[in-house]
Amino acid sequence: MTLLELINFYLIPGVVLGSIYALGAVGITLVFGILRFAHLAHGDLATFGAFAALALVAVGGVNVWVALPLAMAICGAAAIGIDKYFYDYLKERPKILTVMASLGIALMLRAIVQVVWGVDTETYTRGIVRPETYWGIRIRDRELYTVIAMLGIVAVLWFFLKNTKWGKAMRAMSDNPDLALLSGVDNRKVTMLTWMIVGMLCAAAGFFLGLNTELKALMGWTMLLPMFAAAILGGVGRVEGAVIGGLIIGIVEEMSVLFIPTEYKAALAFAILLIILLVRPTGLLKGKVL
Amino acid sequence: MELIGLANYAVYMAIFIGIYAILALGLNIQWGFTGLFNAGIAGFFAVGAYVSAILTSADVANRIGGFDLPIVVGWIGAMVAAGLIAWPIGKICLRFRSDYLAIATIGIAEIIRLVVKSEGWMTGGARGVNNVPRPFGDLEYFQSQLAYMLMVFLILGIVYFLVERQIHAPWGRMMRAIRDNEAAAAAMGKNIERRRLEAFIFGAAIMGLGGALFAHFNRSITPEAVDPMVATFLIWIMLILGGSGNNRGAILGVAVVWIIWSMSEMITDQLPQEYAIKAKYMRVFIIGLMLQLVLRFRPEGILPEPQYTDETNKEKVQRGSPASDAPTT
Repeated sequence: MTLLELINFYLIPGVVLGSIYALGAVGITLVFGILRFAHLAHGDLATFGAFAALALVAVGGVNVWVALPLAMAICGAAAIGIDKYFYDYLKERPKILTVMASLGIALMLRAIVQVVWGVDTETYTRGIVRPETYWGIRIRDRELYTVIAMLGIVAVLWFFLKNTKWGKAMRAMSDNPDLALLSGVDNRKVTMLTWMIVGMLCAAAGFFLGLNTELKALMGWTMLLPMFAAAILGGVGRVEGAVIGGLIIGIVEEMSVLFIPTEYKAALAFAILLIILLVRPTGLLKGKVL
Repeated sequence: MELIGLANYAVYMAIFIGIYAILALGLNIQWGFTGLFNAGIAGFFAVGAYVSAILTSADVANRIGGFDLPIVVGWIGAMVAAGLIAWPIGKICLRFRSDYLAIATIGIAEIIRLVVKSEGWMTGGARGVNNVPRPFGDLEYFQSQLAYMLMVFLILGIVYFLVERQIHAPWGRMMRAIRDNEAAAAAMGKNIERRRLEAFIFGAAIMGLGGALFAHFNRSITPEAVDPMVATFLIWIMLILGGSGNNRGAILGVAVVWIIWSMSEMITDQLPQEYAIKAKYMRVFIIGLMLQLVLRFRPEGILPEPQYTDETNKEKVQRGSPASDAPTT
């Protein structure tokens, strides 16, 4: 196998898949870091976002790229609503109860998708897209857009967290919630803001997965494990870590078909998760360990 | 005729309640008494079911088997296998907060599902393992069902007795101490990781036994029977609704949830085809919502965990040895 084949058939799909995982993992790392619990409904929230975009495209008739920001807004609002009605009243109780509630939410979101949109696989656009060739490297437009959009979204988020008042408040909550409260950070507002961002990231992850493969009710649930592995691999609470972790998991999953049967591709994220917990639980970039 | 149909149905329901009750008791050890979040119950269930089925069934082409071992050996094998799978997971994840265990157990259930589906030489692939021997399977239908029900209840009784005994022993007191105040328990010199690992493996082994009973009852086990999310989630809602930390509550919760679940299935099956599928998913939605409502309005469940206060201890002391507490004159 030539180097070009390796890049075309394994590295590029790996980077695209990794970008999608990265978008989800950033959301997971924010919830894990700021609100301090493992959000098990993350994958199904991504499914919900993807299908919200589908509704806009198929029923509303809007362009796919207009549907993306709209779906992100819908999903952000849904995440705030879920927090308000199902997570918020558990905040004084042990965090593990919120984890349990989120498992229930995962089931409920999936049931909503199955009832409203059915269980058939769907796509945003019909027809086969042929890859373009640049100096021997074959890449589809949508793959290029996926990677660029991921980098753009993460850059905006990065700037927001570093330079704005609310971004700093979010980082303060992540570092030391008691100190942040004492300094007058509004806990409720930071929580709502976090959920809005997380919901938007979920919708983006679901949208790009749907764009590059197809939409089905279980698409998000199968992404949950790689996304968590990516967040923990990068270091919990570290946005740039989640991106690196996502890319690593994506590339390793695609490359793994060279060595292990395809059926066990999904097992790789789990293996990486266990190894990182065993040898370096803080992750590559020294994150938190809860 | 009507009556015998009804009796058949009641016995059938009772067998399932018994099997689910064993699973719920396993989860109660992990969650109720120790506070460990196992989101992969279906995985341990599947391991138990497949191991027992493979060990006890007759030889078939294209699949390992033909061990034809006694059924009891199958059950023990199921428990050992489920415990062995729990061991490395617990070993790695129990050092951290239970969130990590939740993720890892979701992962292991997923992997077990992959293995079951793709390793046909071991599990029979999509066809599953068939012709699993069933205790009392030679009797006439109704007697056979009845005998199986009594056997499940007997096993449930033994499991219940053993778990209760263990929980009232110093071991159980220590587990509750670790759950309620980890730092204090550590300061008392308790080996927290090790105790948690024990509880996790113990619970997983009981789930494996539940799986084995299911496989022998159905005479077969297929990948469809171990739907990861719904099976896991049903057990969770049963335990939370019934009362985590209370074994009788767990069994009560199983009965209540299972009766609601199968009654609603009977109702939705009456609907026309197009609505029936949607209604199936609505049931899942309602189960999810039910968990949220229980967590919000009655987190302790129908039968709350008994409070082991000083008062109950004193009463026991008084009843046990009146002299020790008798007023001195």
